[in-house]
Amino acid sequence: MVIQTPNGYALDNSGQRIVVDPVTRIEGHMRCEVNVDEQGVIRNAVSTGTMWRGLEVILKGRDPRDAWAFTERICGVCTGTHALTSVRAVEDALGITIPDNANSIRNIMQLNLEIHDHVVHFYHLHALDWVNPINALKADPKATSELQQAVSPSHPMSSPGYFRDVQNRLKKFVESGQLGLFKNGYWDNPAYLLPPEADLMATTHYLEALDLQKEIVKVHTIFGGKNPHPNWLVGGVPCPINVDGVGSVGAINMERLNLVSSIIDKCHEFNVNVYLPDVKAIGGFYKNWLYGGGLSSQACLAYGDIPEIANDFSAENLHLPRGAIIDGDLSKVHDVDQRDPEQVQEFVDHSWYTYGEPGKGLHPWDGITEPQYELGPNAKGTKTNIEELDEAGKYSWIKAPRWRGHAMEVGPLARYVVGYAKGHEDIKDQVDRFLGDMGLPLEAVFSTLGRTAARALESEYCGRLQRHFFDKLVQNIKNGDSTTANVEKWDPSTWPKEAIGVGATEAPRGALGHWIRIKDGRIENYQCVVPTTWNGSPRDTKGNIGAFEASLMNTPMARPEEPVEILRTLHSFDPCLACSTHVMSPDGDELADVKVR
Amino acid sequence: MGNSVLILGIGNVLWADEGFGVRCVERMAARWSFPDTVTVLDGGTQGLYLLPFLEAADSLIVFDAIDYGLRPGTMKTVEGDEVPSFLGAKKMSLHQTGFQEVIATARLMEYCPENLFLIGCQPEELEDFGGGLRDVTAAQIDPAISIALDKLKDWGITPVPGHGDDSLLADRAILRDAYETGRPSEQEACRTGDDRFFPEGA
Repeated sequence: MVIQTPNGYALDNSGQRIVVDPVTRIEGHMRCEVNVDEQGVIRNAVSTGTMWRGLEVILKGRDPRDAWAFTERICGVCTGTHALTSVRAVEDALGITIPDNANSIRNIMQLNLEIHDHVVHFYHLHALDWVNPINALKADPKATSELQQAVSPSHPMSSPGYFRDVQNRLKKFVESGQLGLFKNGYWDNPAYLLPPEADLMATTHYLEALDLQKEIVKVHTIFGGKNPHPNWLVGGVPCPINVDGVGSVGAINMERLNLVSSIIDKCHEFNVNVYLPDVKAIGGFYKNWLYGGGLSSQACLAYGDIPEIANDFSAENLHLPRGAIIDGDLSKVHDVDQRDPEQVQEFVDHSWYTYGEPGKGLHPWDGITEPQYELGPNAKGTKTNIEELDEAGKYSWIKAPRWRGHAMEVGPLARYVVGYAKGHEDIKDQVDRFLGDMGLPLEAVFSTLGRTAARALESEYCGRLQRHFFDKLVQNIKNGDSTTANVEKWDPSTWPKEAIGVGATEAPRGALGHWIRIKDGRIENYQCVVPTTWNGSPRDTKGNIGAFEASLMNTPMARPEEPVEILRTLHSFDPCLACSTHVMSPDGDELADVKVR
Repeated sequence: MGNSVLILGIGNVLWADEGFGVRCVERMAARWSFPDTVTVLDGGTQGLYLLPFLEAADSLIVFDAIDYGLRPGTMKTVEGDEVPSFLGAKKMSLHQTGFQEVIATARLMEYCPENLFLIGCQPEELEDFGGGLRDVTAAQIDPAISIALDKLKDWGITPVPGHGDDSLLADRAILRDAYETGRPSEQEACRTGDDRFFPEGA
């Protein structure tokens, strides 16, 4: 039977059903089911978060000033961005402003996380969907060196000897039987299109990126006191500034600032000389694989982030753009207000929760997290061993957030589509140049590759912003301002009896919001709507499919039993199920279990 | 060999006994002070962020809750090359996939610590979101620390009693006491998951 969704998709679940569970190389656990037609083209897609989510409820009754420490623990990747969102929500509720230095330092940390996440995502989670490290063993190091010099003349590490060494190291690693990192691949699948030299170049950069990411995180250690789990503070940042201090424990002095500066430079060099050229070079081989656009050409949402002036969250003051695009109309960018009860709402008709009555959407300030686990009437298997989900019923632990009733894509591509539509100069310039270099039309950005390219462009842009805020911080300190925290309202006796607040950020993988209700100095309600809740959402009351589901539609699969294409597109969102759901896998097997029914 | 040691606790403190490893390093730092060559770290559920610590270490001790299918509270230690495969034997949550990959990555980069020692405890309860350690698991913290101290002694390291460096441990808001005593009631905050994890409810 074919079902037409309000957001424009014809869903046909009559063909062969393929189940991928779990989807690997992501944070958390996720399952995906698709139906393919006789030509192997995906005609129906069902994405589900397979774990109960419960962060909100455990925060009830806690001190709002501590919420960041809990939210930092829900995820194995974006600890800092949850913490930032949390302190912003509390500050918003209590009317706390932060000093200029704290704004610059928070921006540097948030941008640092964007860059770290984008680099790690591309090289360590996503590249293996395009790059075949086993094929790299067949490469000629000399030809690889020539390729490297052609795609990035400024990158110094390009000699034949260098690539030969890496190849030997890789060979040794593979031969030792510790395939580990690379064992989850379908390495002889015809969906892999790179010649061995490109595979060796990209795999070499996988190793270079590992070295770089160790440097990047030092910025979190410097400003957050430690990493993993940097420290945060309601009212500012927890690191004092003492530029003349020598060896003073924890304080920011010139030596540390110089280290931050040198890391910003290293990241910029990597973005310009390695990351962007790699995306172009690899993308060049996949130019005809422009699937996976999904909702990106239709409905994109960005909250915006990186305020230039402290405490001003108006759209004009944010470097990463805010706005919403609906109905595919790029000529109109709607403003977004996280407080408006009519804008962001979560639905649970197809989620394993209940609001007591069907068809209801709740704004997060009024959000309820009450589980109701039941399978639809046509599900196959049992409640403890689901063989096949029934998407007509409840089928996911992810709620379905909607913006004015629309299913939305969030993330780097959504930010870039919104930015481009708004005429954001830096973004427009980057996108136009990239498309020009690739010889591709604007429509090409609405694709899996477009999502991957937007992330690389954004990484480079974030590096430039980081330099801007670093200079701003140093200038402000030179002007004699070393304030990093505002503790005026630290004491709960200064707070109103009841307060509500919202914190919004652009996490690497998309718009992130925390909504808080405070009563008598304690948390009364806390709701997180995370990027993967938007992208990975199930159907809503009206039957609109979410961004993951939409992106898989109409994609041809070379071999349905080897779901490279599904992984490629899902990975392009950088899904993070750990915080959109709660991790509780009964038995997480390393290899994705693919069942063709 | 060099004598730099990393003492690492991994797991998620928000999921009952999953927090075992983190709670072990917490108590270890509260009771013992180590020479500068020893780093005590709460690794949480982090992955690549842990690489710099592995690179700096010659020897690694890991505390973790691991489902060996034994009686709850049973201790098991594993050494050397068996460590990564044990971490991968049965994954209870993403941190073990993560940490197994961290070790594989450190080996690929050729800076994995030479000596690996895993101190594991069989958990009783994991499906209790927001919960703390069960008694039977909590009772193994001190024995686990003794095992670690013996191993450190073999490596020529003797700590002195007293509070050690806790700068790489959890924020005070989620240290064990604050976390467990501040828990909302079951009526306020649903603690259970779904029938796949609670078969008796099926």
